[in-house]
Amino acid sequence: MTMIDGAVEYDAMDSSPASSVYDTDLLKPNFLREIGEAYRYRYLIWQLISRNIKIRYKRSFLGIAWSMLNPLGTMIVMVIVFSTLFGRGVNYPVYLLTGLLAWSFFSEASTMIINSMIWGSSLLQRIYLPRTAFALSAVGTGLVNLLLAIIPLLIIMLFTGAPIRPAVLFTLIPMLLLLMFTLGVGLALSIGAMYFADISEMFKVVLRAWMYLTPIIYPESLLASNGYGWVLRFNPMYYLIRVFREPFETGTLPSWDVFLPALLIAVFTLVLGWLVFTWYSDEFTHLV
Amino acid sequence: MNSPTSSDPGAPPGSIATNDHEAAVIIDNLSVRYRLPNINTNSLKEFAIKAVTGQIKYDYLWALKDVSLTIRKGEILGLIGHNGAGKSTLLKVVARVLKPTEGRARVHGHVAPLLGIGAAFHIELTGRENVFLNGSLLGFSRKDMEEKFERIVDFAELWDYIDQPLRIYSSGMRARLGFAVATDAQPDILIVDEVLAVGDEAFRSKCEDRMRAFRDAGATIILVTHSMETILGICHRAAWIHQGRVRMMGETKEVVNSYIEERREHRSKQNPRLRA
Repeated sequence: MTMIDGAVEYDAMDSSPASSVYDTDLLKPNFLREIGEAYRYRYLIWQLISRNIKIRYKRSFLGIAWSMLNPLGTMIVMVIVFSTLFGRGVNYPVYLLTGLLAWSFFSEASTMIINSMIWGSSLLQRIYLPRTAFALSAVGTGLVNLLLAIIPLLIIMLFTGAPIRPAVLFTLIPMLLLLMFTLGVGLALSIGAMYFADISEMFKVVLRAWMYLTPIIYPESLLASNGYGWVLRFNPMYYLIRVFREPFETGTLPSWDVFLPALLIAVFTLVLGWLVFTWYSDEFTHLV
Repeated sequence: MNSPTSSDPGAPPGSIATNDHEAAVIIDNLSVRYRLPNINTNSLKEFAIKAVTGQIKYDYLWALKDVSLTIRKGEILGLIGHNGAGKSTLLKVVARVLKPTEGRARVHGHVAPLLGIGAAFHIELTGRENVFLNGSLLGFSRKDMEEKFERIVDFAELWDYIDQPLRIYSSGMRARLGFAVATDAQPDILIVDEVLAVGDEAFRSKCEDRMRAFRDAGATIILVTHSMETILGICHRAAWIHQGRVRMMGETKEVVNSYIEERREHRSKQNPRLRA
């Protein structure tokens, strides 16, 4: 009787925030409950994304245009520096910019997740929020920036005469995969950073090394010709960047032997990160 | 499934639910354990060494131990006790912030916690943007907030500044805005943790008026304050939390008197000269 009453009221709770019955004995397991709670607080996640973007550009004159100018500027510098080294036979600006965009999405958003949890845990100790809200808004912010940066990429493609084919639309899926992978990595690392502050510093170093091990600036063939081609197979970012890059670079869809590993990596990392995070997430509030 | 009331012959079927409905908060054998920062292993290298040699130890602190209490619907309960006795921890469990390590907590109704008002205010955003951001932190949707917005600004009396960045607001103005957002809707349960010490006199009395209005409309209020006057003045009952346990709960006057008595004894023990 009571159980039924409780269950009915618990369902009613989903429509309005923090109302009706809250019973610590009837809570679903964390990893499952968190999905529902994150959805229920979707407006908060949206608010946090728009806050992140507003704050970033609030006091600057060009405002949101920096989201587009920033990658463009970096790319121009790098094209000038590296095109003589690596730029033979391919559309080097497009190759470089697609790689840079995907990489900086990953490195910026994952760092932001870790930092936002350091900031957010003080908030989590005062009011109830879905624990993943900060991580989700961090990847959301990264995604907005990435989408904005596609505009200068398309301009570069027009300028350099690269064909813009319908396959370009497909990149929304690789972007989603990148997002899933980044979210999984960020969630797992932010749990680690809660226990050991060193992890966030160490991750910066790892990111740097990781970037140079990934064919972003240099062509893939460079590693293969030096006998290090096998390194690529163990680098998840290699697959994720390739599926994102190919539609822009060649105008074709990525082949299954690249897409499938990318898909599996993204799903596996997200599920693992989500499980680890929700398993330990109550600790954020239990830390003194 | 059985409860003491089901033995009552006049009780309707499912009387346990009716009984529950008279309670706003039911806490059963609740314990909360905090993990203290382990200073010895804050770096990964040391952690790795200690993990290998099997020396990992965590320090724990039981903030609440075996606490059971029931808060009735519509009552004002005062929580008293020393600093660090576990009062705030108890409030956090009710506000869903903390999950109990052991035991069970049941909360009936919408909780408005005044624990973190203005917690996420951002100084670069305008008052308007902050209202929407803070509303969403309390779990309200965009539609809710659009409907609430005018009332909130009316109450905070901040129409002149609402499109200015928060960095130009005084701390009193920020407190007004935070309180207005958190208390716009009539809550079933209001949690107050000595936050009302902010703002000017006029606004403070406005806050008190609002809390009184909530009470008159049937809200349950849980109040933590060190002012025994306030407790005696408005609380129906009081609970004395001592070292993570309920030391005493009942009629306000009795509990407050015992508490004051204990404090006096404690103090005179520490300072023998007072005894003379």
